Amino acid sequence: MAHLEAEFNRLLQLAQAEGSQMGTVRDRIVQTIYREAQDIAEKAVKLKGKAEDVDRMIDNVVTSKIWGYPLMLALLSVVFWLTISGANFPSALLAEFLFGLQDQLTALFQWAGAPDWLHGVLVLGMYRALAWVVSVMLPPMAIFFPLFTFLEDLGYLPRVAFNLDKLFKKAGAHGKQILTMCMGFGCNAAGVIACRIIESPRERLIAILTNNFVPCNGRFPTMIAMAAIFMGLLVSNYNSFTASALVAGVVVLGVSVTLAVSWILSKTLLKGIPSTFTLELPPYRIPKIGSLLIRSVFDRTLFVMMRAVVVAAPAGMVAWILANIQIGGLSILAHLAGWLQGFGCAIGLDGFIVLAFLLGLPANEIVVPILIMSYLAEGAMVELDSIEALRELLVNNGWTWLTALNMMLFSLLHFPCATTLLTIRKETQSLKWTVLAALIPTGIAIAVCFVVAQIVRGLGLF
Amino acid sequence: MGLTAKSTGIYAFLEDLNQSSVKADAIIALAGNPNTGKSTVFNGLTGLNQHTGNWPGKTVVLAKGNYLYRHKNITLVDLPGTYSLLANSADEQVARDFICFGDPDATVVVADATCLERNLNLVLQVMEITPKTILCLNLIDEAKRKKIEIDIAALENILGIPVIPTAARDKTGLKELREAIHQTVFGKRCNHPKPMVYSENIEVAIEKIQAEVENLFQGRINSRWVALRLLDGDTTIIQEMRNYLQRMEPKDQPVSETYKEVECCGSFGSRV
Repeated sequence: MAHLEAEFNRLLQLAQAEGSQMGTVRDRIVQTIYREAQDIAEKAVKLKGKAEDVDRMIDNVVTSKIWGYPLMLALLSVVFWLTISGANFPSALLAEFLFGLQDQLTALFQWAGAPDWLHGVLVLGMYRALAWVVSVMLPPMAIFFPLFTFLEDLGYLPRVAFNLDKLFKKAGAHGKQILTMCMGFGCNAAGVIACRIIESPRERLIAILTNNFVPCNGRFPTMIAMAAIFMGLLVSNYNSFTASALVAGVVVLGVSVTLAVSWILSKTLLKGIPSTFTLELPPYRIPKIGSLLIRSVFDRTLFVMMRAVVVAAPAGMVAWILANIQIGGLSILAHLAGWLQGFGCAIGLDGFIVLAFLLGLPANEIVVPILIMSYLAEGAMVELDSIEALRELLVNNGWTWLTALNMMLFSLLHFPCATTLLTIRKETQSLKWTVLAALIPTGIAIAVCFVVAQIVRGLGLF
Repeated sequence: MGLTAKSTGIYAFLEDLNQSSVKADAIIALAGNPNTGKSTVFNGLTGLNQHTGNWPGKTVVLAKGNYLYRHKNITLVDLPGTYSLLANSADEQVARDFICFGDPDATVVVADATCLERNLNLVLQVMEITPKTILCLNLIDEAKRKKIEIDIAALENILGIPVIPTAARDKTGLKELREAIHQTVFGKRCNHPKPMVYSENIEVAIEKIQAEVENLFQGRINSRWVALRLLDGDTTIIQEMRNYLQRMEPKDQPVSETYKEVECCGSFGSRV
């Protein structure tokens, strides 16, 4: 039935011949439709008096040249501050409860006469990784997601896109990219999918390749913990506001790197001029708190949590096994870390940290638990129920504020997690771009950490 | 790069729809601009909990849900929020392809009553593809607050399709919407959408190729609209038409049931 195809092609030629005679058919079609819409609206819509346009008044401030940026930064800091200071107490409580349960589990295993290795794999490996992931991740997420959903439902996010549009345009990227980045705060894989809202393939690729520079929810708790540890190591007295300002600073750095990489990409691999687009600023609507809480807690918090738990359980087991099987007097983990030590040291980290990032490829949430496990297997046991205890453990393993800082930077900039990479593969349908999506961030992470480490050491601060 | 015909997969999606455990009596497409509360309407009708929020073009993945009304099992497909069906974002293509080639039994366009004019662009474009269009005028409460008054009867009269005012956040008007969908799909009611009349030379050109289009697609899709798209030279839709033709080839079956219904109702341009 090839004649159908042939028939269609003939028709197409005919249509093209007709169309080309008329010039801009598309413009005329659009014009007609718009005129018709205007006409109908005029007939059916009546304005009774003029209502005060409150939205316009708010927008004049929120999107103004003077107040737009400071307001964004302030809101960002407040969200982080509420998250960090609000999460401290429930985090400690959860940790106390969960690690208390660990002792009970240990007692149970001893009572049942279970072999040491079983207790190690299940309790010290799997359970402890789970306890860490839950106690450290759940409280900040349970605060961050509702706050974020609130801003989203309020209608603030499109204003952010409006404010940043110019910057992105200058970087050769699309203004809507900021919306995909907002999505990335929750999960980079979701952010990559959200890039579908960008029409032009070129700008969409840029958005996909740079989405990773927004710290997702899996890395967010790491950042918060590292910010607290960094501040604690740098000054004896710090408050949670400086720590949240630091996290906000890291996010701003992530956005700057996004812009820089977008600019470089649009000058090299993905040459082109940014396309224009219409962004509707929807009316502000007071969110419905009930459905907001349900959605942010169930759809986002628990969803991300469950995913983390599913990955953390086997990862905890594997890490424990690697940390406890000895070859020639050293654990496998220590062997691997030993090989990476020189490289880790050069970029201001250590072998264990680099290894934790590598083993954390399935999900960023498990990087810190793996790290703790590898340190714990090496040294003495500590109760890890507070950020102070964690700091002590890290300092005992040779950490300085430079390590904490570079850990934050590396976490912000390094390769995306496996889920995100698979999503990129799916969205771009190209292995080449997927590989680049891993190589570009990793290269930047290594370079930045290396430079920072060399500068700090060069200045003789260590 | 990006979404090939197969991966966005209108056909894969349709197959998936047909394989659902409960056989749908009707498939309804839900279109609309972003930020019109489309997802709220979707949730209100189906009771499926789904994320809603004013995020431009957020609903990228097609969501579907079911509801029972008057013993009929209705499947609702939530299309991506789009401003038109003309531009070429992945979202708009998905919406357009589903409305045009997915053969839904009716298409509900959700519009924001506070800015009807802008929303009408999409409504008119959908009406061009299918007469079985229903306008859901959402956020009517907000419009009232802004002192915007819309003459529903006049609008219905001009457009030639059912217009249902709703405030989906408070579930107002959803019952009427269900009824309107029911009437459009199962009832005797025939819509006579206002035809778009283009400038004379375009109309002449349409006339030249419309009959041949009608023959080629055996009347399965709206020939006037296809002719217009061919004149426009829209490459994405031309590819989609090729796909459609290829899928048509093996089954050279007589015109489907659905089509006959459309034929009875589909009086494009008969009411100028």
